[in-house]
Amino acid sequence: MELAAAKMIGAGIACIALVGAGIGIGNVFGSYLSGALRNPGAAATQTTNLLLGFALCEATGLFGLVIALIILFT
Amino acid sequence: MTLTPMEQFEVKPLAGMDHPLFQIAGHPIYFTNQSLLMVIVVIVASLFLTLTVKPGRLVPTRGQSMAEASYEFVANMIHSATGEDGLKFFPFVFSLFIFVLFSNFLGMLPGSFTVTSQIAVTFALACLVILLVIVVGFMRHGIGFLKLFVPHAPWYLLILLIPIEVISFLTRPISLSVRLFANMLAGHTMLAVFAGFVVALGSAGGIFTGLAIAPMLLIVAIMLLELLVAFLQAYVFAILTCIYLNEALHLHDHH
Repeated sequence: MELAAAKMIGAGIACIALVGAGIGIGNVFGSYLSGALRNPGAAATQTTNLLLGFALCEATGLFGLVIALIILFT
Repeated sequence: MTLTPMEQFEVKPLAGMDHPLFQIAGHPIYFTNQSLLMVIVVIVASLFLTLTVKPGRLVPTRGQSMAEASYEFVANMIHSATGEDGLKFFPFVFSLFIFVLFSNFLGMLPGSFTVTSQIAVTFALACLVILLVIVVGFMRHGIGFLKLFVPHAPWYLLILLIPIEVISFLTRPISLSVRLFANMLAGHTMLAVFAGFVVALGSAGGIFTGLAIAPMLLIVAIMLLELLVAFLQAYVFAILTCIYLNEALHLHDHH
């Protein structure tokens, strides 16, 4: 029974990785917006970098989520 | 009732095909639901891309402009990321993009199976990309390709930087595959969990039955988000392939 409880707690702790992903995604879009409002002419050329930054950021958080799912369901 | 959100990712032989097709070193090979979905993805993608452009109308129909727009989209992406000489990799990147995009989208249909939610599939794709990058790099620069791991820095920093560059290169197939796999897995798990809420609330009786509409509406919203993620992950997979190819083609200098 203790093993099952430890698994649950471990999975919960692994999900803390998503905090970083949240901060990171907010930072990516926030920085993009403040840059785009200062120089709207250059905004359209940077959408590739925006989406790339978003995806790279989100992925690091999801690594933690995968660890949590592996702990829970294996 | 018990929630089984991970049940949808189970790979199992198709009904009526319980016998293994053949054996490799004693390991039985089955035709599974995943194999079926991969075949369907390839057939749907090829039919869509060939049938819509076959008539070659001057004024395109809706289907033709979708096919042409996807062609131009990928061509522009490769051109902006790798420059002129990256365009000879267009067939590879385009097939990769279309395969990932169609498997993500067909996986969104209720009752179907998401091919890209299996780490085996995404890791095979990522390995293909990295092997291509290594082969192209060595063919282009010979042994000079190893300069990729030596950034412009003073020698005492290189002691630190070279191991970091090597490790970051070696983790690329892992991060490339886990990104796609984790996004698909997380999205579909979330949908299944919310669907479980609807069932649990609906069968609770009384005032709770009416409340079941709230997670139902949330599922619709999450579905829209997942459609965005499905496209975005295919796009990111393709553009990261382009960026890695660009490094193999041009090392550190800018094109």
